[in-house]
Amino acid sequence: MWVWIFVGLVALLVLAAVLVFNRLVWLRNRVDNGWAQIDVQLRRRYDLIPNLVETVRGYAAHERELFEEVTRARTRAIDASSVPDQAQAEDQITHGLRQLFAVVEAYPELKANENFLALQEELTGTESKIAYARQFYNDQVMRLNTLIQSFPSVLVARAFGFAEREFFDIEDPARGPAQVDFSG
Amino acid sequence: MYEQIASNKRRTFVLVLGAVVFLAAIGYVIGVMTSSGPVGLVLALAVAVAMSLGSYFYGDRIVLASTRAREVSAQDQPRLHNIVEGLAIAAGIPKPRVHVVPERALNAYATGRDPEHSSIAVTQGLLEALNRVELEGVIGHELAHVQDRDILVGTVVATLVGAAVLLSEFFMRAWFWGGIGGRRGSDRGGGPVALVLLAVGIVMLILAPIVGQIIKLAVSRNREYLAGAQGAMLTRYPPGLVSALRKIEAGSTIPMHSANNATAHLWLNQPSRIQGEGMGPLERLFQTHPPISERIRRLEEM
Repeated sequence: MWVWIFVGLVALLVLAAVLVFNRLVWLRNRVDNGWAQIDVQLRRRYDLIPNLVETVRGYAAHERELFEEVTRARTRAIDASSVPDQAQAEDQITHGLRQLFAVVEAYPELKANENFLALQEELTGTESKIAYARQFYNDQVMRLNTLIQSFPSVLVARAFGFAEREFFDIEDPARGPAQVDFSG
Repeated sequence: MYEQIASNKRRTFVLVLGAVVFLAAIGYVIGVMTSSGPVGLVLALAVAVAMSLGSYFYGDRIVLASTRAREVSAQDQPRLHNIVEGLAIAAGIPKPRVHVVPERALNAYATGRDPEHSSIAVTQGLLEALNRVELEGVIGHELAHVQDRDILVGTVVATLVGAAVLLSEFFMRAWFWGGIGGRRGSDRGGGPVALVLLAVGIVMLILAPIVGQIIKLAVSRNREYLAGAQGAMLTRYPPGLVSALRKIEAGSTIPMHSANNATAHLWLNQPSRIQGEGMGPLERLFQTHPPISERIRRLEEM
């Protein structure tokens, strides 16, 4: 009699562990998939930037510093290896592109250029897709991390080595409050 | 959300089952009255099963064709495609196919059976009138319908109602022409077959408003509020949809030629079919959507 109750309890525990394990795997796959989505859109943006720079250069050759800044940020982003590095480099690209589009306002012929308009729509679209992919990724990371931290799922997560993931942060250091230096 | 999906699958099953039983009953009655035995029942069952399978697997295509929607490529409509793709990423579902309905009215709908087989259609008027943020609000709302499987119920209802209208017309015509043929021949009165056809046609005509009522129940107004809230969760910007709804409300007197009672419930906004008039008495009877002002109010509370 007691033996059977014991066996039943163990079976129940194993079942619960299996359910938690499957949930963890499912969430981990969603996080990976979310990251892949971000990656696809980032690559798309890397591909578009040289085209944009070339198109704008044809009309506004003397904005050279800006072109270099965007190109540098792009290279840094491609070389980034960790999630926070990547996020920071991407923010720099976004920042540079915003400046570039602001500069373009002063060139009516460029704004009427069909090639430029198509590029602008592509970049705006990619930009918002990055934002949405980031949103999806961060949501999934939050769900995964919460599950890994909560009891009793933490026991299963520890036993099978599920690691917490890093958020793709939207903190943009370049846009923080301006530092004013009066010493000089 | 998961309860929504389960409840929508259940509703669809009940609807299809109801349609099959209903048609089988008609077939049985015709069979008995024309004393042809089980032939009527078997035929009706075959028709019912074909109809149900058709509405499940081809419902989206039927709906798209009936609204004269045409698929557009990413080259034709880069902005629309980018928005749909972005929000699909945010929702974590595959990108639906993108269609445009050549109408001046401002409206949109989603159809399909699951996120893997889904389509989004917007009118030309909507594309021209809305800016990017507003369009994102509308697409987010439609994608919420896709996520929740509202599209499954909506599409199956649309095709089943459409088929019911067609069938009732078929029976009425069969009676009409059969009756004339009978008068010309020696057998005046048309015989029992013609009478049965008339009866079936009349019964189906009477049932049409009741079916309309079922649509109202199946596609409850709550779902519009829910999709509104969920869509705002995707865009993280409720004012976008609010502003779009205001424009849609202002333009809601523009008539839509490609909408009918069978597809009315699918659209974002109740389609108007009478020039210069918001809603006719018949359309009020078939009202499937909550008032826009109320939808805006709930979004603004978020």
